[in-house]
Amino acid sequence: MIDTSIVVVGGGPGGMAAAVAAFDAGVKDVVILDRDEKLGGILNQCIHNGFGLHKFGRELTGPEYAKIYEDMVTERGIKVYKETTVLDISEDKVVTASSREGILKFRAGAVILAMGCRERSRGALNIPGNRPAGVYSAGTAQKLINCMGYCVGKKAVILGSGDIGLIMARRLTLEGAKVEAVCEIMPYSSGLNRNIVQCLEDFDIPLYLSTTVAEIHGKDRVEGVTIAEVDEKRQVIEETKRYIPCDTLLLSVGLIPENELTKEAGIELSPVTSGSVVDQYRMTKLDGVFACGNVLQVHDLVDYVSEEGEIAGKSAVAYVRGELKEEKTVSVSAGNGVRYVLPQMLKVTDTEDVDLYLRVTQPYGKVKFHVTSGGELLTSVTRLHATPGEMEKIKLSKEKIALVKGDVQVYLEEVL
Amino acid sequence: MIYDVAVIGAGVIGSAIARELMKYKLKVVVLEKANDVSCGASKANSGIVHGGFDPQPNTLKAKLNVEGVEKLFDAAKLLNVPIKRNGSLVCAFSEEETKTVEELYNRGILNGVEGMKILTGDEARAIEKNLSKEVVSALLITNAGIVCPYELTIACMGNAMDNGAELKLKFEVQKIEKEKDLFTIESKEGDKVQSRYVINSAGGASASTAALVGDNSYGIIPRAGEYLLLDKKEGARVSHTIFQVPTKDGKGILVSPTVDGNLLLGPTATVVSSPEDTYTTKEGMDKVIKLASKSVTGIDLRSVITSFCGVRATGVSDDFIIEESKKVKGMINLVGIDSPGLSSTFAIAEYTVDILKGLEELTPNPDFNPEREDPHFFRKMTDSEKDAYIKEHSDYGKIVCRCERVSEGEIKDAMKRNPVPHDLDGVKRRTRSSMGRCQGGFCTPYIMKLLAEDSLESVTKKGKESKMLTGKL
Amino acid sequence: MRKLVCIICPRGCRLEVGDNLEVKGNACPKGKKYAVDECTNPTRTVTSVMRISNKCDTMVSVKTSQPIKKCDIIAAMEVIKHTAVPCPIKTGDVLIKDLFGADVIATKDVQ
Repeated sequence: MIDTSIVVVGGGPGGMAAAVAAFDAGVKDVVILDRDEKLGGILNQCIHNGFGLHKFGRELTGPEYAKIYEDMVTERGIKVYKETTVLDISEDKVVTASSREGILKFRAGAVILAMGCRERSRGALNIPGNRPAGVYSAGTAQKLINCMGYCVGKKAVILGSGDIGLIMARRLTLEGAKVEAVCEIMPYSSGLNRNIVQCLEDFDIPLYLSTTVAEIHGKDRVEGVTIAEVDEKRQVIEETKRYIPCDTLLLSVGLIPENELTKEAGIELSPVTSGSVVDQYRMTKLDGVFACGNVLQVHDLVDYVSEEGEIAGKSAVAYVRGELKEEKTVSVSAGNGVRYVLPQMLKVTDTEDVDLYLRVTQPYGKVKFHVTSGGELLTSVTRLHATPGEMEKIKLSKEKIALVKGDVQVYLEEVL
Repeated sequence: MIYDVAVIGAGVIGSAIARELMKYKLKVVVLEKANDVSCGASKANSGIVHGGFDPQPNTLKAKLNVEGVEKLFDAAKLLNVPIKRNGSLVCAFSEEETKTVEELYNRGILNGVEGMKILTGDEARAIEKNLSKEVVSALLITNAGIVCPYELTIACMGNAMDNGAELKLKFEVQKIEKEKDLFTIESKEGDKVQSRYVINSAGGASASTAALVGDNSYGIIPRAGEYLLLDKKEGARVSHTIFQVPTKDGKGILVSPTVDGNLLLGPTATVVSSPEDTYTTKEGMDKVIKLASKSVTGIDLRSVITSFCGVRATGVSDDFIIEESKKVKGMINLVGIDSPGLSSTFAIAEYTVDILKGLEELTPNPDFNPEREDPHFFRKMTDSEKDAYIKEHSDYGKIVCRCERVSEGEIKDAMKRNPVPHDLDGVKRRTRSSMGRCQGGFCTPYIMKLLAEDSLESVTKKGKESKMLTGKL
Repeated sequence: MRKLVCIICPRGCRLEVGDNLEVKGNACPKGKKYAVDECTNPTRTVTSVMRISNKCDTMVSVKTSQPIKKCDIIAAMEVIKHTAVPCPIKTGDVLIKDLFGADVIATKDVQ
């Protein structure tokens, strides 16, 4: 049994930022457990640029962004257990992990969950047809191409226009493959605008909205897919079916926070985010267990992942020092036009300013977000447009929080 | 090399027959057209050990099913194959269906099935809390169970090989000739094997294989069955295997836990043109969902992790046919081995070898070892046992498949154990790696590295043209 | 008139560029410059990977040190694709000098 003040589960951008923040806040006894051989998580395979604009004011690639944090971890001498997979987190914060050295057990003062997310698989979509080689989730293909140097196919269709799907459309094209189409079942893309412009429009790759892959063909290797438009209930419209010959189907159909450990530890999850229910300190409903990054909510910008890691890291320090007290807690909920708000709980006494992160339910033009407490308006902010693909952030100052009387709600009003 | 017996087809039946043959002093070769064993119906079926109430009395199906159940439990234990006697419930949704339940009960008694009981709807719900309120009565069969069909096949063949049987993969039989007392079997690629006896357990291809020697007396009507597999978090939705009263098309849609802890829904029963037609359809999946929800309430369909389809080798006649060819002496045909084929596996194997014994006296093999080492010993260990094992075998500490928690050591060892896998699906069936909720999203590249002999480009999903990569960048 | 979405920052201003390159909808001067550049001389930073001559199954990720002309991307990729470099490599190392006006630099360390 290894006694440790803070155990961080996962060494991606969230976990590294959390560990560094905890160290800088004065707890030197912090360890990172990471399942891979190298810190950085999925950033290592995200070789494209566009990371770090918020955080560092410049455009970095994924590996460069990861290196900044990896260097910070190394400089501080933070202990990293590589190729170490956590198997269990107990209610009394004993973390059991498997490594090449054996089964490790840590008795932690606080635990920070930063396991990231996984891609939704073909099975979860139930696409009919055969089960040939050549059906990849976009991230798997990204790893094979960018880290290992192999082509996954010559002619591809991509289902899903999330950022990874768009990035992979460009990546395949640059490596000489032909991307026949990107299909998106929703009537809008959930990817960032810059990616639609730079990954699809630059290369004349068609984006078909309200369109899905209705069937996969090919016995051994993919030979083609049938695509079709869908109605408002997302059901295939038979007469719009058409066949596209291809040898590869990439799926970029959503990310799911990897919360199996969290669930097994008995921690309450939100059915909307699939991540833990947390307060502004990113503490879950299990005392002393914190969460940050994509395991908590799927982010679109890594900068916000790091930011959340820092919050969790600092909070974990406050927790082990006994500075996080039992306080009055109100719930924070999503109202009209808002899919979710995070944190879902707000401790109202003795707090700093709190950023509320939220996503809207569908694309909007100009909107006003209102934050109310017990029916009374706390603050409003205006945005020129809001889309589900871009996370919104609303600052709630400590002065405003002092006015909180009851549960907090965030909703939007369209400004015509 | 002249073999004593050539077994065509490395499905669960062919593999069990090969193992049974190794109990005697025989040179045995198994010829399989796919890149691995268990690539036909044996890999994609319900994995149910049926009690034996369903087949008509006095049929071979009834006899071998009832005999086969205990033989299967015994063999699975020796072979370390996951098996569980979870019992099954056949549910009736109307008074008329209750009559069918009673008929099944009576038929079961005639067949010699033990451990049956007719329950009222409420009694059934008392032991199975998520059973639909619409269930008015049910037949409980306590001796029924569940087994992993492809692990059973792998274990049978592995054990047969450990005892000296040979396996030739990618050997698609195209020609069989008999001259004097010797069969010459030729593959599509022109490879030849000679044997004194041939056992045709080619499943979906059994009728066409018999036809290669001019025996056109058999027919197969391939019937596809589509399934949905759900995440382990739904695995405890039911504890028994839940059937609906059977129709002429099969045993209806079942809801069952699997030995690995997932929840299985299916199958449909659609006549298709070829045993290779293992595609899933929207209609099929919709039907599975609709009928599964009829028996069991609250199934969380967002937990579906994969869908698949298997094609049953249903014979033209309703019963199993296991006999020496009337056309060619020395060739034993097994045709129409559909449900309850899996339940009858070891009874079929013995029955088949008994036919051979009628043709020639067989000398017992005193060295036959009926046991196979447990390939999953590691996952059954406690943390401290694992710790000690990892200290000696560090690869066992490196988790490759995070969803199913499969270590590098387990994968590497599976690659050395009979019958060795040659593709990703083969590794998956032996280790469960990439069978979890991410369906290989994270571990596939890593496993490809472990599997690649020289270049990653050679790695296939399931042999033949199923290459994962199209070249280097 | 051409409609664009500004991609300088994630704010994503909806821009309109008139025939005489007058820009509407930008929240900052960067947006105006972006719109004009995008209509007259679009440029992109190219990111890719390069083969390592003394290590198999490992790639080094790279980027152009500054954006290059959009029309040169494919030609630049041909060069990147057919060049292998030996490791060790450090982030920031110049791996190809002066490719369409930019250097190709490593974005990862390879031991």
